[in-house]
Amino acid sequence: MSGPLQLEVSDLRVEIASHRGVVCPIDGVSLEIAPGEAVGLVGESGSGKSMTLKSILGLLPPDAKVTSGSVVFDGSDLTRMPHSQLNRVRGRRIGMIFQEPMSALNPVMRVGNQIAEGPRVHLGMTRTQSVERAMDLMRRVGIPEPERRFRAYPHEFSGGMRQRVMIAMALSCDPELILCDEPTTALDVTIQDQILRLLAQLCQESGTSLMFVTHDLPVVAQVCHKVAVMYAGRIVERGTVQEVFTRPMHPYTLGLLRSAPDVDHPGHSLEPIPGSPPSLASPPSGCRFHPRCQFAEDDCKVIDPPLRLIEGDRATACLHYERTLDEIGADT
Amino acid sequence: MSAVSAGPAAAPAPAAARIRARGARWYRQPTLVAGLVLLAIILFMCYGAPLLTSFNPDTQNLLEPLVGVGRQGHLLGTDQEGRDTWARLLYGGQVDLRVAGLAVLFPFILGIIVGSLAGYFGGWVDAIIMRIVDIVVAFPFFVLVIALVFVLGTGEKSIYIAITAVGWVSYARITRGEITVAKRQEYVLAAQSGGLSSVRIITRHLLPNVITQSIVYAMSDIVQDILAIVTLSYLGLGIQPPTPDWGTMIATGQNFLTTQWWLTTIPGLAVVITGVALSLIGDGLADLLRPAAS
Amino acid sequence: MSAQAILEATGVQVSFPVGSALGARLRHQQHLLHAVDGVDLAVSRGEALALVGESGSGKSTLARAIAGIQRADRGQIKLDGKVLPAHRRSRADQRRIQMVFQDPYSSLNPRLTVGGMLHELLRVHHVVPRPEVESHTGQLLRMVGLPEDAVHALPRQFSGGQRQRVAIARAIALRPEVLVADEPVSALDVSVQATILNLLQDLQAELGLTLLFISHNLAVVRHLCDRVAVMYMGRIIEVAPTEVLFESPRHPYTAGLLAAIPRMAPGDESGAPAVKGDPPSPLRLPTGCRFRTRCPIAQPVCAEQDPALTVSSTNSEHSAACHFAWTASPANVAETV
Repeated sequence: MSGPLQLEVSDLRVEIASHRGVVCPIDGVSLEIAPGEAVGLVGESGSGKSMTLKSILGLLPPDAKVTSGSVVFDGSDLTRMPHSQLNRVRGRRIGMIFQEPMSALNPVMRVGNQIAEGPRVHLGMTRTQSVERAMDLMRRVGIPEPERRFRAYPHEFSGGMRQRVMIAMALSCDPELILCDEPTTALDVTIQDQILRLLAQLCQESGTSLMFVTHDLPVVAQVCHKVAVMYAGRIVERGTVQEVFTRPMHPYTLGLLRSAPDVDHPGHSLEPIPGSPPSLASPPSGCRFHPRCQFAEDDCKVIDPPLRLIEGDRATACLHYERTLDEIGADT
Repeated sequence: MSAVSAGPAAAPAPAAARIRARGARWYRQPTLVAGLVLLAIILFMCYGAPLLTSFNPDTQNLLEPLVGVGRQGHLLGTDQEGRDTWARLLYGGQVDLRVAGLAVLFPFILGIIVGSLAGYFGGWVDAIIMRIVDIVVAFPFFVLVIALVFVLGTGEKSIYIAITAVGWVSYARITRGEITVAKRQEYVLAAQSGGLSSVRIITRHLLPNVITQSIVYAMSDIVQDILAIVTLSYLGLGIQPPTPDWGTMIATGQNFLTTQWWLTTIPGLAVVITGVALSLIGDGLADLLRPAAS
Repeated sequence: MSAQAILEATGVQVSFPVGSALGARLRHQQHLLHAVDGVDLAVSRGEALALVGESGSGKSTLARAIAGIQRADRGQIKLDGKVLPAHRRSRADQRRIQMVFQDPYSSLNPRLTVGGMLHELLRVHHVVPRPEVESHTGQLLRMVGLPEDAVHALPRQFSGGQRQRVAIARAIALRPEVLVADEPVSALDVSVQATILNLLQDLQAELGLTLLFISHNLAVVRHLCDRVAVMYMGRIIEVAPTEVLFESPRHPYTAGLLAAIPRMAPGDESGAPAVKGDPPSPLRLPTGCRFRTRCPIAQPVCAEQDPALTVSSTNSEHSAACHFAWTASPANVAETV
């Protein structure tokens, strides 16, 4: 990987004070996105993936705080930026697409105005110019009859159309990076297909980078070049999509791959991951995954392995990753 | 059978801890605790009356009318017929609290039954019941109660009938609304698909989940009923003399406002304090039960 | 599978009024949404049949009509040859078809313990004599992989996956012949889904259950089911044994659906989406074939005539509702896999 990084998350740590004590939903997360890259962040519920996205733009709930680490975007640390400066980044240089378009869109504001707002505020366009731009964007994202639909309200749109509106809004100021928080999870398969292709196409056309959070592995395979797997607030594996999904280097990744039915390879028996995700208030000693891990050794119970580079872009937080590689080798 | 288990043994252990935590939470509700303590004191005083006074509330002693505070062994003096005020206050409290308690219970039961039927079955049952509710609700509570007692004649029984006839509507509305929403929950569908009868579903499955709102409302309803009873007695329509009761005490003591002012104001204060206690309990319960409902 | 059909649905229609019925009548309009619009379905004893479709297809509504918790306005549902009444089913009939719901968080009564719920069902239906109720409850819990002391626990003490197991225990407690599972794993994490799917598979084999599996997830369906019925806008548009459906779908919607599934080893993502456009409003269905507005091979005849399900001449188990199901060349109906 060469060239300057667009976004670099280094050892990010977020704490929430709860009545059970201090909980770290994000506990030392490091990520990188190069310009034009699409990076997927996968994990199950409670892994901290959505929160990672929100902490990049400072959209954490009021009781959550970034306690250490940094999020460097184009040279500046977003976590240490004053609010006014951060606001100039949000929307203008980093856009975001949420999971539930109905709650992310203002129900009492016309759709066209919501799309046009960004350019007006951030790019200083006049009203006419921003309206023109909004209609242009609506056309680009595939909303039919933009002249008529401009004046419509969100509830008049279907789920897929609303998500397109969200994409138009995210693109409205030509951002360099778009953060996507499970944007297609609530959509039907055929609509999801449309939206994923649209995102991939738009990003290729304008060179925008993507950070795509989801729990659905095939979706990541469809859209992203690189992927990071999250578990219990940490990244446990990183690499290209091709590499991670065909030659995983962490037992959790292997577990995810084996527990989900693959539409192209029916008939292999599903193997669930035993146990359940740990409580973040009192995580297990040593490696957080060890209680559920089939390859756990004695050192896994004691040592908390950091994420370390193995070769090229590949990184893993497993002390005995070779055993996972052997296992997957035996499969094929 | 594959030995698939995702750590289920962990489940029941936190159970005990959770129940303990939930029980402990009610100690931590200051409003609830304050209200309960206050009510406990009031109940103790009223029902422990024989311990707190040796006087009989009905005994007239025309030789000692309007005795001042603390004089001649009368803690709060006597009224114009020589009856000990303190004794009347305590025994009167028994009457008022008992009547108010029962007066809340009947509309509660009736309202919940009617509301459940309306909510669960919907259709014309719901339509008819709700139109009746609308009509009753159109009249101010006190006006209707007083009118009914006037028609039915004075006395305790009339109070119960009147308050029940007017008060059931609030509970019906609350219950009907809650059940209309709750019946769409999948666990109700599951019970239906399990072949359980409607009665069983309403009583065992739905009501325990929706009754909390009605209970909270009942707390403020008792206060309203106490006021109604006191007002009725004040107007001479409720509890009849010689039975002691705060309303009558307020009414008769009025005449002596400038001289023995305590004859009117002390019973009035008793009503207020009881109302405050019940309101605190209601507020505390509402706070306690609301998060558990989600 | 030449087994006798245990479940037969004919001409089932389930409609919902949209807006107030009174208002619609005043305006002399029919504002009925036909969630299930004339469905014929036969399920063989012991098979696992998938009902697949996207939102608005009517699959959940059809499932509920079959399970007896949603009234079918028209049509007939027969269980083992006996016609089930449209209104209240008898308790004996009701218990023969049981349902597992999608949302593990709302499908269990929050105030009943697991034991309380199971005891009630066992007692009301006299499944086992009174003295055996407790031990039978323990057995049910064991069958779904829960410890015996779960009997005293409340639903909120369980995780999503465990709750679904409780829901499954509830469903099999009455010893049904047919188990209708409405998206039972959609609300669960990926690693937990496998547990439930394996459990369903095992129980089906052990108890000889007939499984009606509703899902929008085709990967799960391919893994679990013997036959698949695809629904679109209230109709069944294709039925076939699983492998036949996945390898040679004959309805353009099925083909599009299969092509739209995201894959671990994706091919060309720069092409056009598998199915274009949005589904039409169910209150304003297109004339003729309801899929024609999004169909890549739509012809004038599609606007005039509504195609019925026709059976393939080469495979009596495969039927599709398209004018060109059996005549279109494989190149037109995109072949997947």
